[in-house]
Amino acid sequence: MPTPSPRVRRVVFVDGVRTPFGRARKDGLYANTRADDLSVKTIRELLRRHPSLPPERIDEVAIAATTQQGDQGLTLGRTVGVLAGLPRSVPGYAIDRMCAGGMTAVTNIAAAIGVGAQDVALAGGVEHMGRHPMGFDADPNPRFLSERLVENDALNMGVTAENLHDTFPALTRERADAYGAASQAKYAAALAAGKIDPDLVPVALRDPENGWGLATADEPPRPGTTVEAIGKLATPFRAGGRVTAGTAAPLTDGAASCLLAAEETADELGLPTRMRMVSFAYAGVEPSIMGIGPVPATTKALQRAGLTIEDIGLFEINEAFAVQVLSFLDAFGIADDDPRVNQYGGAIAVGHPLASSGVRLMTQLARQFAEQPEVRYGLTTMCVGLGQGGTVIWENPNHPDYESFDASEGSAL
Amino acid sequence: MSTTTTEARAERVTHAHARDVQLPDGAGTLALVTLDNGLDHTKPSTLGPLGIASLFETLTAVRGRVEAGEISAVAVTGKPYFLAAGADLSLIGSIPDRSVALELGRNGHAAYELLHSMGVPTFAFVNGIALGGGLELALNCDYRTVASDVRALALPETGLGLVPGWGGAYIVPRLVGIEKALEVILTRPAANKPYAAAEAASIGLVDLVLDPSDFLEESIRWAARVLTGAVVVERRPLDPAPLWDGAVAIARQRLDAVINGSRPAPYRALDLVAAARDASRVDAFAAEDEALADLIMSDEMRASIYAFGLVSGGKKPVGAPDRSLAQPVTRVGIVGAGLMAAQIATLFAQRLGVPVVMRDLDQERVDKGLAAVKATVDRLTSTGRMSQATGSRLLGSIHGTTDLAEFASCDLVIEAVTEILDLKKRVFAELETVISPTAILATNTSALSVSAMAADLQHPERVVGLHFFNPVAAMPLVEVVQAEHTSLEALATGFAVAAKLRKTAVLVADRPGFVVNRLLVLLLGVIVDAVEHGTPVEVADRALRPLGLPMPPFELFDLVGPAVGLHVLTSLREELGDRFPRSPGLEKLVADGTRVVLPAPAKGLPKPVDPAIQSAFTGPSEGTALDEAGVLDSVLSALTVEVGHMLEEGVVSTPQQIDLCMILGAGWGFHLGGLTPYLDRTGYSERILGHRLLPDGAANVPAV
Repeated sequence: MPTPSPRVRRVVFVDGVRTPFGRARKDGLYANTRADDLSVKTIRELLRRHPSLPPERIDEVAIAATTQQGDQGLTLGRTVGVLAGLPRSVPGYAIDRMCAGGMTAVTNIAAAIGVGAQDVALAGGVEHMGRHPMGFDADPNPRFLSERLVENDALNMGVTAENLHDTFPALTRERADAYGAASQAKYAAALAAGKIDPDLVPVALRDPENGWGLATADEPPRPGTTVEAIGKLATPFRAGGRVTAGTAAPLTDGAASCLLAAEETADELGLPTRMRMVSFAYAGVEPSIMGIGPVPATTKALQRAGLTIEDIGLFEINEAFAVQVLSFLDAFGIADDDPRVNQYGGAIAVGHPLASSGVRLMTQLARQFAEQPEVRYGLTTMCVGLGQGGTVIWENPNHPDYESFDASEGSAL
Repeated sequence: MSTTTTEARAERVTHAHARDVQLPDGAGTLALVTLDNGLDHTKPSTLGPLGIASLFETLTAVRGRVEAGEISAVAVTGKPYFLAAGADLSLIGSIPDRSVALELGRNGHAAYELLHSMGVPTFAFVNGIALGGGLELALNCDYRTVASDVRALALPETGLGLVPGWGGAYIVPRLVGIEKALEVILTRPAANKPYAAAEAASIGLVDLVLDPSDFLEESIRWAARVLTGAVVVERRPLDPAPLWDGAVAIARQRLDAVINGSRPAPYRALDLVAAARDASRVDAFAAEDEALADLIMSDEMRASIYAFGLVSGGKKPVGAPDRSLAQPVTRVGIVGAGLMAAQIATLFAQRLGVPVVMRDLDQERVDKGLAAVKATVDRLTSTGRMSQATGSRLLGSIHGTTDLAEFASCDLVIEAVTEILDLKKRVFAELETVISPTAILATNTSALSVSAMAADLQHPERVVGLHFFNPVAAMPLVEVVQAEHTSLEALATGFAVAAKLRKTAVLVADRPGFVVNRLLVLLLGVIVDAVEHGTPVEVADRALRPLGLPMPPFELFDLVGPAVGLHVLTSLREELGDRFPRSPGLEKLVADGTRVVLPAPAKGLPKPVDPAIQSAFTGPSEGTALDEAGVLDSVLSALTVEVGHMLEEGVVSTPQQIDLCMILGAGWGFHLGGLTPYLDRTGYSERILGHRLLPDGAANVPAV
């Protein structure tokens, strides 16, 4: 008898939700709310939205967080699964790739589904940056500096953004400021058009002083932000620098999760297909200019998919900093205000709760796919601290050329 | 004398905070009101006058906004784990006069009435414990959700000398039907058994059970669906009058049979429930106010608050040595494998989680003891009250033997052999040859002298009494006996073990019968003595009904076993004198093995004395026979005298300790305050002892 070999299957994105994002502050939305509870709300919402999925069929729960301690410790995927009331038979794990934690949860799960190790699984990320400030309690190996493995401020993300301005002089503060203001405006327009709320799950807010409340909307956005106003902001990372609060993602609390399935399993269980995964790739870059990470990652992902940048009709790129988005656009010859890019605005407006952002990008891309059936492919991409980038390319099931799964023929692969 | 339970203290104010919440589905804005006393989960939110005022103020402001068209629904919820644990009892227990008591009822109703007159639907999101006024807050709302982990929804008022007087008595029978309402208002409080969420939903006390992990979010979503009409909650029609009146009549008969007028609260509650069908809400609520005012000014209610305080405070035993002196207990030996021994072994294995070895003289007895343990564990696992794994662990941790040497490694050995002093002394002497010099020896004796038992040992200081009550698993009291030489370490270990067993421990001196048996057996002795003097057994059996004891005296005799009762009575007489009367009739009944009671006429009703046993008593009937009042008087007189002796002898340090023992060890009612508040308020203590046992007002309505 020959050795059984796994049958490669296609992976679909069934659905994604997130909590409203809150400012990571002592008076922020989630000041009194636990990180694991945020994640629990997203998992329960996904199960509620898909009653045809028997919970015991879930093969895995992968939840990312950058700082895995306290209420983000204890193997989040497992604790969140138990707290969300999943059957005890459903396993779970925690995962980390800093900002791309959630994205990595998705691609890990996708890989496992692809080789037939899982059929349907949950992936997500959470970051309560109010409770877990970036780099808190970190203990970087002294060799990083003594051996000059990295620049001494490569772990300060704002400084890496300044470095990116240095590296590419064409990336001016003016361009960044305009991009920052546009992000706020695009978010405000998307919100007004009802494109944000459907992906949000409300979160009850405990407040010993004022009683329970309910988070139903994002807290970080600053509607009405103008280029002029951003132009006056201080540059905290460098005297005379270019990066400001108006061109950087604010520190944020929030969680996002999604449901992934093998194409055939989605078909079997009657789960919708909102996107189909085409390829993914991660790449490393110099830590001091970590914001350039999406460029090689995207190049790799396109190569693996046999596509070119011209094939991509929608981009969801994480806005850790305006300059980092602009460096990506310049690298691929895309205009700063290209309408295919971040149609709902980005992290500069809505915030960037590190490990959860990757799933937010995917959820938004899925909604844009439904609105724009003429687009065949889209991508989600983000930069990662200490010099990495990650990209996932997705196919739009609403496109006329999309070959949907045919149970009689099995996978198209 | 400490009376902290009834002294007025500053109110721990539960504030009502209101916040706006946007409802989904375009259902508008919900005003979400949170009750929160600003303290952690160890301090439940309660409702005192300031808390009610805060709620009134908040709801009034919300209603203003409703009138302005800003609010489409109102919901009430609580801080984590609590909606509200009811009215602040310590404050009620110190209300000075009826007008203030009447205000308390009226103010609560006034605040809750806002939930009826809000003009938009009102919801309660029962996120945690909801007791008394807390549950009534929810009941005054139009709709209720509950989190599935909530274990206590209850109206315990009638058990505390009150009525559910903030709407409960009126709303509950209309909401859940008359029969279930009587269970909620009368039966469950008497059994001290609150409702868990699912059960509360099944009888209609709440509308919807939701998962705790997103309880509030889903409650809000459900509220929106109710508002938009997507969800319609059906209400049952009022029960027909004949059913209503019939159920009330049956309940009244039952009250007469069980508590026999010994306390007013259940009757007042029943009256309110009886009228609820046809009364208007305004009239019914006014009647609740009057009932509350009357009851708050009743001695029974004050005694109940006192008793509640005693029981709540009982977890911190008075006079216990410093906890740090307790020795670790890692292996427990039980001498004897009889009924009591097997119960003790099971409890120790379960709660201490340590190996337990049970030893008896021959294998047959050992096997019988082990079989009893197994039967108990099987019953628990088969009813789902214990997991199979826990059951297996328990059975695996209890070991039987005939070999004394197996006690060698035990650090605590308890004897539970027959109540014969010489036998117990021999057991201890044998034990001392095998156990380590520091191991603690405990005795479960109910009436023998612990000091005498320890007298001839090399280490008498290691002997402590741990007197359990039957059934061991259910009875919450342990009398911890300090004998003549008992060391602080042994005593502290006794208290530590009792705490781990989740029992309330009371420190008692090594005096015959300690507290509970001394008083109960005296009571039985006085009863049979009356019969010896010609009182008909039925008269004697009925005589104590005004006390509302858990059972009539001959049923108590039957429960302890007439032979055991006689044995203790005899030994107490030998030790304490003729106050514990001799009864040839009782001796004859025991010798003949005669059952003293008839079967109960129905489940839950008392077992009456068998009139046929009269023939065992041959005493004179002329002149010395008593009527019921006479028997009651002689019992109360004897109890008063005995309490005086006990306090003088230092059996316990305060009357409160006697009351705590009688409540937890004998099941005597809160309305009696155990015992001494009743002796005070009926004048027995002043008449017989020359002074009150407790300060005026500590457990009664004080003289102005």
